[in-house]
Amino acid sequence: MNIPRIENDSRRSFLRSTLQAAAGLTLAVYLPGAQAAAPTAEATEFEPNAFVRIGTDGTVTVIAKHTEMGQGAYTGLATLVAEELDAAWSQVRVEGAPADASRYNNLAFGPFQGTGGSTAIANSWEQLRKAGASARAMLVSAAAAQWHVPAGEISVSDGVLSHGARKATFGELAAAAALLPVPADVPLKSPKDFKLIGKQVPRKDSADKVNGRAQFTQDLHLPGMLTAVVAHAPRFGATVKSFDARKAKAVKGVVDVVQIPTGVAVLARDTWSAKKGRDALHVVWDESKAFKLGSEEIFAEYRTLAQQPGMVANSTGDAQAALAGSARVFRAAYDFPYLAHAAMEPMNCVVRIGEHECELWYGAQFQSIDQAAVAALVGMQPEKVKLNMLYAGGSFGRRASKDADYVLEAVQIAKASKSRAPVKMVWLREDDMRGGYYRPAFHHALEASLGADGLPTGWRHRLVGQSIMAGTAFAGTRIKNGIDALSVEGAANLPYGIPAMRVELHTPTGNAVPVLWWRSVGSTHTAYSTETFIDELASHAGQDAVAYRLALLGKHPRHAGALKLAAEQAGWGKPLQAGPDGARRGRGIAVHEAFGSYVAQVAEVTVNADGSFSVDRVVCAVDCGIVVNPDVVRAQVEGGVGFALSAALHGAITLKDGAVEQSNFHDYAPIRINEMPRVEVHIVASAEKPTGIGEPGVPPLAPAVANALAAATGKRLRSLPFRTEELKA
Amino acid sequence: MITLNINGTTTRVDVAADTPLLWVLRDKLQLTGTKYGCGMGLCGACTAHLDGTPIRSCSTPVSAAVGKKIVTIEGVDRARIGQVVQNAWKKLDVVQCGYCQSGQIMSAVALLEGNRKPSDADIDTAMAGNICRCATYVRIRAAIHEAAQELA
Repeated sequence: MNIPRIENDSRRSFLRSTLQAAAGLTLAVYLPGAQAAAPTAEATEFEPNAFVRIGTDGTVTVIAKHTEMGQGAYTGLATLVAEELDAAWSQVRVEGAPADASRYNNLAFGPFQGTGGSTAIANSWEQLRKAGASARAMLVSAAAAQWHVPAGEISVSDGVLSHGARKATFGELAAAAALLPVPADVPLKSPKDFKLIGKQVPRKDSADKVNGRAQFTQDLHLPGMLTAVVAHAPRFGATVKSFDARKAKAVKGVVDVVQIPTGVAVLARDTWSAKKGRDALHVVWDESKAFKLGSEEIFAEYRTLAQQPGMVANSTGDAQAALAGSARVFRAAYDFPYLAHAAMEPMNCVVRIGEHECELWYGAQFQSIDQAAVAALVGMQPEKVKLNMLYAGGSFGRRASKDADYVLEAVQIAKASKSRAPVKMVWLREDDMRGGYYRPAFHHALEASLGADGLPTGWRHRLVGQSIMAGTAFAGTRIKNGIDALSVEGAANLPYGIPAMRVELHTPTGNAVPVLWWRSVGSTHTAYSTETFIDELASHAGQDAVAYRLALLGKHPRHAGALKLAAEQAGWGKPLQAGPDGARRGRGIAVHEAFGSYVAQVAEVTVNADGSFSVDRVVCAVDCGIVVNPDVVRAQVEGGVGFALSAALHGAITLKDGAVEQSNFHDYAPIRINEMPRVEVHIVASAEKPTGIGEPGVPPLAPAVANALAAATGKRLRSLPFRTEELKA
Repeated sequence: MITLNINGTTTRVDVAADTPLLWVLRDKLQLTGTKYGCGMGLCGACTAHLDGTPIRSCSTPVSAAVGKKIVTIEGVDRARIGQVVQNAWKKLDVVQCGYCQSGQIMSAVALLEGNRKPSDADIDTAMAGNICRCATYVRIRAAIHEAAQELA
């Protein structure tokens, strides 16, 4: 445990650390970089803590400990600091933090630096406001000393401190403030005084992302750098038996061809030469230990397993007895395929191995895992492995690798290369699509009994699918009694008040397909099965889908609140406008909690006679506690709708004899603009602490659409992606 | 050596004639705003203009660009329409991860050059070649309407 300490060892350089253990607040701790090498009499920058730096030119730099991958983390984190600092939004810029879990750990993850689980704002909520408030207090103290007035009489607004007619900017006070002690505790604003939090504040990354200047890994160019493209095995578990590099080496621009544990890498002066070299390689693979099952065999095994009792994830009352004793029992079974993240920027990483240190540049997301894994591979101490955080061109979970897979591949190439040049490893789209680390395929079997009032009396839910956590550093804490919490989230904690409930899990282990969290993780499948099945029960009971859910949500007011708001805004219960040429129309609803945020969605669909359909409008209601940036919340829910719709309409990674059948966007198709519905996002007013919004917009979409399709056609779709032939008139 | 006119400047590059324009822009000239996404003309992240027409630079050999005016995201603001589109994108905070947005903007500029008052259907047709995995499509539509109003 860190011990609170404040050091101020010279006027020039200081190293400070305070840690309020109870609140988990890491403040201070800063080692001046450039200034330390060139001592001057005056400090040129004010660095009150690990998260904020104020230059004498007035620039406020917020150091973001979370990856910016589109979810708006840089904007949200900077808002928290700027709010308490009373900075002008225009003077604030954002910089990615280095890898250092002692300063930049995710408070929701423990002593671990990483971004995920929609935690960026939630875990930073107090920490970064305190960072801003303490910087403000030091600026105020500096002004008070210069002006010989009580600190309490000084006001701060838009980056300017004032007392009567006297005014000074942050920049003018930065040097003096840098010499003051870091205050032990500082008060935070009352929410009624917020000027930025909850208001319309523009994103910090918009400007550079509309003019092409934003720097992604793919864009990095270091002097002498080589680009590597890799020939990967066609099946998981296959290894290189032999390879012939003669033709590859004959390609102009190719510099080296090296074998690595995951394949054969071609290093070249540029990407195109590396690709041509890779395509000219002749590799013989040893497939004796390769995984050779296809999706059909995998699902056949899963369906068989679902006939048998599994490990118990949750049990209330006697579900078996309730089901056995009822005359009204309904059953449904569901299949969910593997899904690729397919971020627009395929996986990549730039690495330079020096004699005593190793440096990487990429959209790092799990710094603690990556840094430790790279350190072990190159035989250095973790602190000798420097990570430079760049923008990530999407991730959706993929860059949060549980075993640093793609990062280690880049380091393996750099290690194997005789040249000491920096290496940029790039995966082409096909490598990314076929590289595994998918959302695991799942099979669900549900069974429920209805009582005389139509409400469920018993509920049994069996899930079959691979564990994401198994074999990872998190297994010890996240797998209990064999149950991976990520496999059953959203199912084991079903919010509906059903007297007898049993949720069981099978975790097949004979499957070598690497699996990973995929935007909203377990809820990507549990929300679908539970929210379509409850909808089906409502219709069997002859009851309205909203009223039925509300009758079962007595103990879950936030679910109910989101559900009611979405229904009200969507005009639930009012007739839909007729479809063109007799096309069938329908409206469906779903509600789901993920990562502590509650989202309900109402979808409206139009179904043509041939079964093709459009999703016309999606009305969303979101309760994610106090909202830091309402426009980012809206954007994340809009995007979540589109991301989920891609999976519902088209998304499937399938295997044949162990080989992934998809390769690029023609056979693994994200939705395009013509498939995007109108989306309305309504926010539930809340005084609860903020929770995340990067993921929770995803889970309710597919069940809301499926329920709308059922309302329009009477057909219940039990397999994803949707098969439109089932919807023919 | 191949001579190219990029963003109003004449440049000579030493590359094979069949090299895709994308890699000439990115790796030879460090014009990295134009992105690689699929390499097959499926996603539109690599969209640039050849004599005002949007093309997928990942599947356009550099030889096909000789003698034509190439415009990339780095030079699109030389014309007012490019500035107006970029400003609309900023005003509505369209971007999320941002990786596809250069291509989106290049396609949007080309659309507005030929159609100053596009309908939703026009937008869907013109922009359907550009994938956004963050699904910022709601705002792309709105930003194109916003830009069209500004240009009216």
